[in-house]
Amino acid sequence: MTIKNLDNRGLVRVKAAVFLTALLPFAKLAVAAYADELGANPIEKMTHVTGFWALSFLLITLTITPLRRLSGCLWLMRLRRMLGVFAFFYAALHFATYLVLDQFFDWPAIAKDILKRPYITIGFSAFVVLIPLALTSNDAIIRRLGGKRWRALHRLTYPCAIAGVVHFGWLVKKDLTRPIMFALVLALLLGMRVAYRLAGNRTAHQKAV
Amino acid sequence: MKPYKPPAIPSSEITPQALFQARRKFMQTAGGAALAAVWPQALWAMDNLGELGKSKYSAADELTPRRDVTQYNNFYEFGTSKDQPAINAGTLQTRPWTITVEGEVKKAQVFDIDKLLKMAALEERVYRLRCVEAWSMVVPWVGYSLAELLKRVEPTGNAKFVEFVSLHDPAQMPGQKAAVLDWPYREGLRMDEAMHPLTLLTFGLYGEVLPKQNGAPVRIVTPWKYGFKSAKSIVKIRLVEQQPLTSWMKAGPGEYGFYANVNPEVDHPRWSQAKERRIGEFLKRKTLMFNGYTDEVAALYAGMDLQRNF
Repeated sequence: MTIKNLDNRGLVRVKAAVFLTALLPFAKLAVAAYADELGANPIEKMTHVTGFWALSFLLITLTITPLRRLSGCLWLMRLRRMLGVFAFFYAALHFATYLVLDQFFDWPAIAKDILKRPYITIGFSAFVVLIPLALTSNDAIIRRLGGKRWRALHRLTYPCAIAGVVHFGWLVKKDLTRPIMFALVLALLLGMRVAYRLAGNRTAHQKAV
Repeated sequence: MKPYKPPAIPSSEITPQALFQARRKFMQTAGGAALAAVWPQALWAMDNLGELGKSKYSAADELTPRRDVTQYNNFYEFGTSKDQPAINAGTLQTRPWTITVEGEVKKAQVFDIDKLLKMAALEERVYRLRCVEAWSMVVPWVGYSLAELLKRVEPTGNAKFVEFVSLHDPAQMPGQKAAVLDWPYREGLRMDEAMHPLTLLTFGLYGEVLPKQNGAPVRIVTPWKYGFKSAKSIVKIRLVEQQPLTSWMKAGPGEYGFYANVNPEVDHPRWSQAKERRIGEFLKRKTLMFNGYTDEVAALYAGMDLQRNF
């Protein structure tokens, strides 16, 4: 067994390790909330932490394909679904924090926010689009949909990630450092895909000639 | 016999000047800490501001715990997140400190901070503080009306506005190394707002000298305006004829106006100002016009369009 060819037992171990690691931010947040160590404004803190990790996991999910190409480790693809579902998990916590703790089911205020505040409009839209992606993250559905349609649907991850970064950038008061860092990473990840596609077309073209 | 030649010292062995001075600084700090350890009473006593007068302007609201008031701060000079000021403000030197008062005045003066502390009777004033980010606190400030200071310099008829300038020194204020705002921080008030008895020249909170992260050694507090109007760590007060351009107006002209009066009906372009979260409370509460100081200040804005003059 090498790093490029992981056997099933190796893969199970890697998956377990990734799963536990991905739960760490949630565990840390839960412990801090229980110990009342989230600072003066715990609801704001929870909103920021869950939002940060939702966006981070979305970007981590998008690193899998380029990483596989660079390293040649095909088994990396087997982690992608779990990472994507974690992105949804943190996004759902983020939305739940807003709905329950921040607004406390004040539906008129929420409706107004979604319609009038562009950063909430775009963030909420991204969350809504993530729902079908999370629901279609299992083998049975992939088989039912067929690989081609499933892939087309899951390309919505790209606009979701862009929307997530814009959502972050639009809400900060002045210091754009962190949103810009996310934007640069996302630009790199999307840029690599464009580059691969262009390179792929060229080789295909050369072969045809 | 060969004459003795001292061996050449490799440049790698030479202590850089900055490091050398840093060691000196460290020894001074260590010396100070040792002194504090053997003489703690005297140093703590300096923090307490003593007997304070009560004020008719104090609000009856429940106080926000001191811990939250001093750990959750917007003070970009020490970083843009709320916990950074408490962590980073240790580098601020609050003595010696002076405020220069100049411009359209008959008696321009430089006031020493220790003189200012004794210039008028210190009062405790419990004020509501509403941040433009839609959270709020209740803070027992200590100080006296800014009018006490302004009348001593005798403003001329041309003094229409007051500009406050905060300290600009990136060595003491590490947040100024980033160009988040155009430093130094500048704020301003119209003359009648500055002379209003609610406008507090503030030296302390909870009966003690202002913690550095709260704008030590001296700041302004205007409780009916969003928090950013209350300039911290001020070194200069200029009386001027034209409306000054404040740091936040420069940073976002469409988002932050000169008046910045708390107003639940005028939203920030990106978020609602109708409600606020009082630190320590779970449910949001409704934001009050002029932060609940309508009786005191509404007359200042009679006939003004507050949607336009936000």
